[in-house]
Formats: sequence, structure tokens, C-alpha cells
Amino acid sequence: MVRQRARGIALLGLILIEVPLLALAAVALLQASGIGLIPLFPPAVLLVRRMAAQTRRHCTQWCGITIAEPYDPEPPHPEPTDDGWYRYRRTLFRSPRLPAWLARLGWMLRDPATWRDLAWLGLDPLVKLALAPGLLLAPARTLPAYGRWAALLLGPTTARRLAGEVQRLNTARVRAGDTQTAEMRRIERDLHDGIQGRLVALGMAAATAEKLVDSSPGAAKALLGQVRGGTAEALAELRRVVRGISPPVLTERGLADALRALALDSPLRVRVDVTLPGPLPAPVESAVYFAVSELLTNAAKYAGAGHAAVEIRHDGTALHVHVRDDGSGGADPARGTGLHGIERRLAAFDGTSTVTSPPGGPTSVTLTVPDRRSQRAGRVPRWETTLVVVCWSLAWLPLFTQGLGAAAAKLAGAEHSRWLLPLRASGIWQWPMIAGMVAAGIAMYLTAVWLPVRRPRGSPRSAT
Amino acid sequence: MTRRVLIAEDIHLLREGLVHLLQAHGFTVVAAVQTGPDLLTALLELRPDVSIVDIRLPPTFTDEGLRASLAARREVPGLPVLVLSQHVEQLYARELLADGSGSTGYLLKDRVFNDRQFVDAVHRVADGGTVMDAEVIAKLLTGNSRHEPLGRLSDREREVLRAMAEGCSNSAIADRLFLSESAIAKHISSIFAKLELANSDDNNRRVLAVLAYLNAANRS
Repeated sequence: MVRQRARGIALLGLILIEVPLLALAAVALLQASGIGLIPLFPPAVLLVRRMAAQTRRHCTQWCGITIAEPYDPEPPHPEPTDDGWYRYRRTLFRSPRLPAWLARLGWMLRDPATWRDLAWLGLDPLVKLALAPGLLLAPARTLPAYGRWAALLLGPTTARRLAGEVQRLNTARVRAGDTQTAEMRRIERDLHDGIQGRLVALGMAAATAEKLVDSSPGAAKALLGQVRGGTAEALAELRRVVRGISPPVLTERGLADALRALALDSPLRVRVDVTLPGPLPAPVESAVYFAVSELLTNAAKYAGAGHAAVEIRHDGTALHVHVRDDGSGGADPARGTGLHGIERRLAAFDGTSTVTSPPGGPTSVTLTVPDRRSQRAGRVPRWETTLVVVCWSLAWLPLFTQGLGAAAAKLAGAEHSRWLLPLRASGIWQWPMIAGMVAAGIAMYLTAVWLPVRRPRGSPRSAT
Repeated sequence: MTRRVLIAEDIHLLREGLVHLLQAHGFTVVAAVQTGPDLLTALLELRPDVSIVDIRLPPTFTDEGLRASLAARREVPGLPVLVLSQHVEQLYARELLADGSGSTGYLLKDRVFNDRQFVDAVHRVADGGTVMDAEVIAKLLTGNSRHEPLGRLSDREREVLRAMAEGCSNSAIADRLFLSESAIAKHISSIFAKLELANSDDNNRRVLAVLAYLNAANRS
């Protein structure tokens, strides 16, 4: 509580930096647009970005709200052309300095995040002052509210977020395709090398037996016995291949029992602890099953472990799989193809793996697979951002100027005023209009606070 | 007296094959059903002397057959059921053995190839015995071989234990291992001593006790 109050006070204290910075940025902007002193603009933007980055960090550490960086990637340093010139758009330059500067300027000007940062800087002191009572008296509730406000303007825009998402999905799709093709090849090879060969041999033996059945029934009988044995072997081989494609117990019982069956077959003593709210999507179950299978095999084969523990939980947004063993450690994802394969399989579901395996052990592997089903909601729509910004920037007008200001003027004896709307009305309507203005101002402030807060915690947390 | 047998299998050819095989060996097939719900009804209404059940049955094609069998055995303890499957899982073996009433079996489908052994297994289950597939036993033994108390057994004793768990009688074990029946009896009493199991006269009950013991040892 004390720490949170200190954080609230610190956030308020930052106003003292924000206001001069805002003035500086405003001067730089005016000079750049007014008298063409553009060189001041990039340093001012970089200063504002530092301030914004600082606030993003505070939001993560203090408010429990992670805000992703919204900026476009920095332009690369200009490379000389074959004849030694440097090119920016359609102009050639002798030295790289000017094209590099121009590229950076264009990068800042074109990035909507630059202007959103400035808008945030202009409004943030007002928001903080409005939230000041909350930050001082109930910081535990108000800090997240402040974080959501900051996320509105400091987070990436929908377009930027979607562009990043498209790139990530593209990579994941290509990788999933590669993995699938490799799997198909492996299955084809297994069937080709094993069962197909056996069936050909069986067919030949049966044909020979058919020919021999009249001339030497004894030999035919012996051959048919071989056919029977060969069929059993082919079935055993087929069972092995089927297990590698999709373990029957996974189809029949789901992940929890499939892992229990895996634990029973393992040479290790394995404790399995699965807490799941319901069945998972089949591809995720399959990926997790094979990952755990691979990890247990590694533990028995390379680490010489005797015991292992598999723990699976679902916290509403992601699936967490934790596998520990008491072996000799030293597992390295960079060297072992097994761990690499697990990562590749999980990548299709945006899953990640963390391996802790110091030499001497023990090894501990954590796999995390986000649950896409729970992440559909939670994007802040554009109208909401606009409304919050408008409320914060205009609420002072009805509340202080037209409401309280008009009331003060009326109490001071003024009957008419050109600038105060309520005092332009006829006598009996003046007080109701003043009350209406005050109510409208308060309603706008409440809307600005309530809109970001009303979302359930957690849903817009990732990159709002 | 002929034994009344129930068959639950959804693949037509295999179902007909089983019916012919069992009729040829003197069984009376009282019903041949195709789905899980039908199986449960038939088990409870007909109370067959023994049932041969495929694990994977319609409508869900998961473990309908096993679940129907377990449900029926909860109603009628010791109702003899021999479960067939394309694959064997220790997990399922444990579930079949868990109630401790015996008279159950769990075999790979290809064991039908050897009709003499298969019919023998059906009779054994009908008699209240336990028949586990060699593959289940192999998994049980390799999976736990490093651990107490099975680690105390000699290789030969392990072979005897394996044959016992598969449902072989003492004389069958003796044939298989080229030993005299009295040597087998000595091995068996040594196994029971090492596993700290009280001896009893009933061969099938002893097998059940061994499996129950393995079951408990692995869970702890």
C-alpha cells in the first residue's frame, strides 16, 4: 500500500517534467511548421519518445498493464550506390549524412505514433490531475486505470498491430507447412520401408503356398504358418507407425489420460498432474503429447534420470506445461534436434519453450501455449479512443469555464456576458443552464475514466 | 455344457469371423452387437458367461467398449469380459483389474490368429481367471524393472512371472521354459516370497494378486 502510494506520487511528480517537455515540443513543432526550423523537430520527438518509453515501463511495473512499442522500425543507414553516391528518394547526395537525416525525419513524420505520443503528452498532465485524488487515496485501484489511459495513446494502433500480427502469422504458417510436410515424408518412409515390403513378401508366400497346396501339402502348410506370423509382424509395425502419427489413447481418452498412459510406459517414475477446465483443441493436445513424450525420452536416454514430474495447467489465457526430471542436465536446445523439434511444433500455436538445464541437473522445461479462443475480445475500438481523448481534452470547458466560471460571474453580479453561454439566456434559465454545464463536464470526466476501466482486467492487457 | 458368449465388434468381417470361430469351438453366441449402448444393454440383460469386446465402438469410436464393460462390471461384479484392441495400454489393463474381481482379459486383436490359444484364453476368463496380453506384461516389466520390488527377481523368475500373468498354467509354463513342473512351482513360491505375497492355491487369484501388486507398486 505504501509502495503503491509512492508510485502514485511519483506519477504525479512526473507532471513537473511533462509540462516543460510539452512546452519544448510545442515550440519545436511551431518553429518547424511556422518558420521552417526543421532541425529542432527530431530531437524534440526523441525526447518525447523517451518520456513515453519511461511511462510504458511504469505501466508495466506499477500498473500491471503491458504496453507494446508502437513505432515503425528505424530506417536503415543509407548504402552508397555503385558510383559512390547516396540516394534518398529521387535525389543523389555526395555524403551519407543528409540522406540519413532525411530518412529519419520522414520516419518520424510518417509514423502516427509520433503524433499520438504528442497528443498523450498534451493530455497526460490533465488526466493525472483529474486522477490525483485516486492516486493518493486509492492507488491500488487507480494505478491500473491510469495504465489503461496510457495504453489508449501509447500503445500501437490497430493498423500497426495488425501489420505485426500478419508478419508473425506468415512466419508461423510457413513453418507449420514445413513441419507438416516433414511429418508426411516421415510417415511415407515408415510405411514404404516397413509394412509395404512385408505385405509384398506375404503376398508372394501366399501365392507359393497356393501352388504347393496339391503337390506338397506339408510345405504349403509351413508357408501359410509363415504368412500368419508375417501378418502379425506387419500389424505390430503398423501399430508403431500409428502411434507416431496419433496415439490411439489420445483419440480415445484425451490429453490427461494419454499422458498417464505415457507415464506408465516410461522407464522413469513419472508423476502426472493435469488440471484442465475442459478438452483442448486436438492439434494442441497432439503437440503437447509429443513434446512431453520427447522430453521424457530425453530424460531417460541422455540424462539418466530416475524420476520425472509432468504438470499441466490452464490459467484462462494460456496452457502451461512443466516437465522436470532429476537427471544430469546439460540439455541444449541449440544442439539437440529434439528440443528444436518441440519448438517448431509449438510455433504453429504461438507456443514457446523455456529450458533450464545446468550441467549436473536437474532439467526443467516449461512450454506455454496461448489459448487463442480466449483472446478474440479485448481490442479497444477506435470510437472509444476518440471519445476518451475528446472527453479529456474538452471536459474543462463546460465544467470550469461555462459551469463554475459562469456561476462565479453570476454570484459576482454579472447579468450578461458574451462569452459565457448560460449568461446569454434569459433570467430564469441561467441557473438551470449552469447546473447543466457542470453536470455535462462531470459526465465527460466520468466517461473518460470509466470507458477504459470498465473492461475486465486481463483481456486488453496484451498490446492494447 | 456349452458356454454362452456375447460379441461386440463393429467391423463386419471380424464379427462374423469371431462368431464362426467360437461356434466351431462349441460356444453358443447369444448376441453380436455393434455399438457401445447396445453392448451395455446386452451385458446387463443377457449376463453372458463370457463377452468378447472391441474397445473402439460406435457412436464415438473412442473407448465405448471399455467403458460399457467397466459400467456393466460395476453393476454385476465379476461379469467375465475379454477386451480386444488394435493396441494395448497399461492404463486400460489397470482399469480392468482395478475392481479386483478377476475374470477379465485384455488381448491384441492379432491373438485371434492362433485360435487354440485364443479359445483357451476365452475359457480362462469365463472361469474367473485373468489373461493379459504378452505386450502389456512386457511393458509392465520393462517399465518398472529398475524399481523395487521387481528388481529383486532373477531373470528366470521374471520369465515365469510373465507367463503367469499371461494366464498360463504351471504345466504350460513348464512346457514353454523347458523345465519340470516342480521347478516352476519352486520359482513361483520364490517369486511370492520376494514380492511378499501370501501364497494361495488358486492359480488365477495369484496372477491377479501379482498384477494388483504391480499396479500398486507403480502408483506409489
